[in-house]
Amino acid sequence: MAKLTKVDVLHVAKLAKLDISEKEINKYTEQLAPVINYFSELSEIDTNDVEPTSQTTGLENVFRQDVIKGENCLNQDEAVAGSEKTYNGYFKVKAILSERTDK
Amino acid sequence: METPLTIKETRKGLLDKKFSAVELVDKYLERIDEFKGLNAFLTISDEVAYKEAKEVDKLVETGISKDQYPLLGSVIAHKDLFMTKGIRTTASSKVLESFIPEYSATVVERDKKAGAIMIGKTNCDAWAHGASGENSDFGPTLNPWNKEYVPGGSSSGSATAVASGMSLIASGTDTGGSIRQPANFCGVTGLKPTYGAVSRYGVIAMASSLDSIGCFGHTVSDVETIFDVTKGEDGFDSTVKNANDQKPKDKLKIGIPKEYFLGGLDREVEESVLEVVKVFRSKGVKIVDVTLPNTKYAISVYYIVQPAEVSSNLGRYDGIRYGNSRDSFGAEAKRRIMLGTYVLSAGYYDAYYLKAQKVRSKMIGDFDKVFEKVDALIAPVSPTAAFKLGEKASDPLKMYLADIYTASANLVGIPGLAVPSGFNQSGLPLGFQILGPRFSENTLFALGNMYQEITSYQPKLAFK
Repeated sequence: MAKLTKVDVLHVAKLAKLDISEKEINKYTEQLAPVINYFSELSEIDTNDVEPTSQTTGLENVFRQDVIKGENCLNQDEAVAGSEKTYNGYFKVKAILSERTDK
Repeated sequence: METPLTIKETRKGLLDKKFSAVELVDKYLERIDEFKGLNAFLTISDEVAYKEAKEVDKLVETGISKDQYPLLGSVIAHKDLFMTKGIRTTASSKVLESFIPEYSATVVERDKKAGAIMIGKTNCDAWAHGASGENSDFGPTLNPWNKEYVPGGSSSGSATAVASGMSLIASGTDTGGSIRQPANFCGVTGLKPTYGAVSRYGVIAMASSLDSIGCFGHTVSDVETIFDVTKGEDGFDSTVKNANDQKPKDKLKIGIPKEYFLGGLDREVEESVLEVVKVFRSKGVKIVDVTLPNTKYAISVYYIVQPAEVSSNLGRYDGIRYGNSRDSFGAEAKRRIMLGTYVLSAGYYDAYYLKAQKVRSKMIGDFDKVFEKVDALIAPVSPTAAFKLGEKASDPLKMYLADIYTASANLVGIPGLAVPSGFNQSGLPLGFQILGPRFSENTLFALGNMYQEITSYQPKLAFK
């Protein structure tokens, strides 16, 4: 198994949208490397004919009627109540597109 | 007036008019104030508590039948992972520092409908990441029996609140031991139900294939009452299944898994668990040695599967619709997000995540095989009694290893009941856990009740 490097930490931080400082990169590399290293014990187990388990309920395809129950829904005011940055019942977010400059 | 230590005595005292629910709330709030240094609560919901208490007092006036309101007047504290409509819910993280939910968790609603009175929200490791309570963004909770020690985690405030009489009962979540271990460190009874027995709706998700919603109380009988109130389908969490209420067998057989008594287990903890085994044997319970060969891999499997699911669940916190931005995550949350992202990332998925899921299957196979032979298992909850604040805080791997005896139950999806069994020489609580097959809660309760009856168990508060 691989050894965790600073490059890996920087890569996963980016994937997870975490802004971390240079100091944090060093700290997390130092702290996570032994954890990853610990996992190498799993390679000694033979799992050739074993199916993976993702959940333990044994349930499959739990269905319900496709009907809306009003009392179970948040109204628009309630839905945006968690943010102060709203406009006309919408969330206000930063623009992610800019105007074309090549026209 | 002394507050009663069980749900039954509370209910009886109210119905006999020995005290009113409002007086009970007065008393619990006094104790919360007296022991606020333990940092068990993040929010105190005194207004709601008095409102609910008045409703309880009105019910007592009008009269109720004996099957109604099983939690009548029981003061409850909810771990701050449970959404409570109109009351701040933080997951002990700065990300949700001022988040006020628009709806309540199923469990919160069901407890309330059963007559419970909500007194406040308890501190925990942020996002339930931890085994000591030290990962809270609002400071650690202290162990009520000795303030230099941790109360366990992640449901640190809930266990501390019950142990010190700041609340009669409390809710908690157990993803890798987060109810059983703090119950054990604080000397109270804690239940981690079967995965899928109690709805996760409205409970802030940690690792969705492992999260179990449970509770704390002073006695096995109390956690049984709370479980009966909270369990079952709610139409919101499709992993929940109504179990048939199986009666426990007359003649029970308990297995002792040898892998739980190997190196690293504290001598006093081991002796205490073996003493418990003797108690059961004296009552004619058959005891046999069993083996769970893949136990030693539980930590590796757990610390792959759990952070993977954590990284996915915490992906939703973007600071746009509610809460603060991702910069507000504390160090442990960041560690787990990165660990989880790493084991899921291209090139590593097969070696870590898929491999862990396969070993998880092998662990399930181990338990299935053992439960063909025995009805339940008895084991230690943690390798040691409570450890000192700061002792493991700087070494994540050391902290993770504290979950060795609890994580398996979550990976396998089975229930576990943590029961106190006395104190060690330093005056810190000791205890054991009973594990059983999926949906065998009634067997665990029967055994737990049997133990507390034989030993004439009397609940004890810290700071009596």
